[in-house]
Amino acid sequence: MTYQKTQTAPADAPRREILTENGILTLRLTGVWRKDRPFPDIQPVLAALAATPPPKALRFDTAGVAGWDSLFLTQCRAILALAGERRVDVDLSGLPDGTASLLELAQKVPERQGAARKTSHAPFLERMGDLGLGLYQATGNLLEFVGEMTLACLALARGKAVFQRSGLVALMYQASIEALPIVSLISLLVGLILAFVGAIQLSQFGAQIYVSTIVGIAMVRVMGAIMTGIIMAGRTGAAYAAELGTMQVNEEIDALRTFGFSPTQFLVLPRMIALVVMMPLLCIYADLMGILGGFIVGVLMLNINPVQYLTHTWQSVPLANFWIGLVHSTVFGVLVAMAGCYRGMRCGRSALAVGQATTSAVVTSILAIIIATAIITVACNIIGV
Amino acid sequence: MDASQNSAPAAPTAETPAIRVENLTMSYGDFVIMRDLDFTVQRGDIFIIMGGSGCGKSTLLRVLVGLKEPAAGRVVYREGSLWDAEPEKRDQILRRTGILYQSGALFSSMTLAENISLPLSQYTRLSRKDIRELASLKLALVGLAGFEDFYPSEISGGMCKRAGLARAMALDPDILFFDEPSAGLDPVSAHLLDELILELRESLGATFVVVTHELASIFAIGNNSVFLNVDTRTMTASGDPKELLAHSTDPNLRHFLTRGQE
Ligand SMILES: Nc1ncnc2c1ncn2[C@@H]1O[C@H](COP(=O)(O)OP(=O)(O)OP(=O)(O)O)[C@@H](O)[C@H]1O
Ligand SMILES: [Mg+2]
Repeated sequence: MTYQKTQTAPADAPRREILTENGILTLRLTGVWRKDRPFPDIQPVLAALAATPPPKALRFDTAGVAGWDSLFLTQCRAILALAGERRVDVDLSGLPDGTASLLELAQKVPERQGAARKTSHAPFLERMGDLGLGLYQATGNLLEFVGEMTLACLALARGKAVFQRSGLVALMYQASIEALPIVSLISLLVGLILAFVGAIQLSQFGAQIYVSTIVGIAMVRVMGAIMTGIIMAGRTGAAYAAELGTMQVNEEIDALRTFGFSPTQFLVLPRMIALVVMMPLLCIYADLMGILGGFIVGVLMLNINPVQYLTHTWQSVPLANFWIGLVHSTVFGVLVAMAGCYRGMRCGRSALAVGQATTSAVVTSILAIIIATAIITVACNIIGV
Repeated sequence: MDASQNSAPAAPTAETPAIRVENLTMSYGDFVIMRDLDFTVQRGDIFIIMGGSGCGKSTLLRVLVGLKEPAAGRVVYREGSLWDAEPEKRDQILRRTGILYQSGALFSSMTLAENISLPLSQYTRLSRKDIRELASLKLALVGLAGFEDFYPSEISGGMCKRAGLARAMALDPDILFFDEPSAGLDPVSAHLLDELILELRESLGATFVVVTHELASIFAIGNNSVFLNVDTRTMTASGDPKELLAHSTDPNLRHFLTRGQE
């Protein structure tokens, strides 16, 4: 604002005078009416048109206009629209050459009835109703997807599922080997962090050796599974949603369907298999990396004997924890694959929709991972493992 | 009761039309795109679906090939009514059709040869070598010999269209649906595509349903057509486009067929 004030308006800045004579409104325009110069406020013109009684006619005097572009046209359009509404006679002949014909062109194809979206705000209750209906539909959609998946799994069990074996191998590779570096780094760091936090407390009692227990149990029981789950949600779940979404945009899924292939079997099933098989393996790997992280802190910082650290880990971590970790990661594999594929398969037909599908795939899977962890933890508590 | 009567396959005779569309209404939610469509596609026709942009041509095609359920009305193939049939029966009807999508819709993770081989390996017992040779043949037919191992992202838009056509022909279908086959092609290629369609009809005896607003193509290849009117949201005429041009009195259709001159 201050910038505009200190700057003196250039000599050819757009200017407008509003003249009223015997009920005839004349707009005298001068200067260059282009996007790069601030236009004078349009409100006075609209006010003059909206006055009661309305002016009899509207004229333009643009002899002093040295240049114009489409922004000028939008102003004219707004003025003409109001003039039309108020039934004011408009004389376009005063407008610069070319503008009149462009304005007529814009008017020529009438706006399609019923095509424009209504953006007015619905009343509160109606919006709540819409929200409820939306939720209802979303649940229906989700259940339908789960049903399709179940049928596909049954077809798989009967050896009748149709998908490309070579594609499955590639998917498995993507969901395992390619994820190793990031899984290594993150689990190692999580192991380190757990050990550090534990070490500070435990060394006060001279019980440093229990660092190995804390790191071991935490990693093997949940942290390894959760970390791989979240990594795979961001890495692979998002990729699934984007891939399937793009195929939707590209009509590839329609093409599959018309060839008689079930997209659920052909596209979703292999992705699901890849993740369900690979997640537990990745989880075991993450457990080991986490324990390695704890080992580094224990040996280098707390001066625990390396052999003692490892044997203590081995002895103090009940094997049940290992199985619980595997259950977690298998469930996460199902959830991440479902979320990614569901969002991808239900994606709209635009680049924007693909972006939304990817985002919501990640959000959905992380949410699902956390909720599933809570449920499994409570269940373990109840059955006492 | 009604459905069983409808789907009872009257033994197809030479005169049984390839497709009959009866009182078809299509909508997206409450928004009706087209209503009361009624036309017949005879065997061996090159049937043109024409109309302005956004009038519902692609949507009509989606209904005809079983991708979108109509709000009302029937689509009857020689084997029976498409939307009244059981899913397996519907698949069987559609197995005899091939589709070229507006965007080509090649499977982006597969090479051109694999794209064409996919339906072949699913629905035939041919050896790998035969399938590969068939794929090469189909690609050669559309002028893409030597592009077998290219991915869709490595060829131009027009080439994608042609590869899509090759894939649509993979199973030697009786009915081929094309959504704007010549959009995005240069005039010479568009003309060659028209020739190709005429040739394929001669050699395969197939029926073609073509969505296009290319006037040159419409008159060059079409022998039957339907005109969808955006304003009234229904069809206004059906018949040979050349005759429609000569005799029709519908102002919208004349406007369309004369490129807005009348
Ligand atoms: N998924 C959808 N949801 C709601 N409306 C849609 C959807 N897809 C298309 N429409 C509407 O249906 C109408 C017909 O679309 P369609 O794609 O069939 O047009 P078209 O005749 O093929 O046009 P073009 O010649 O430009 O390809 C359009 O007005 C469009 O707004
Ligand atoms: Mg279309």
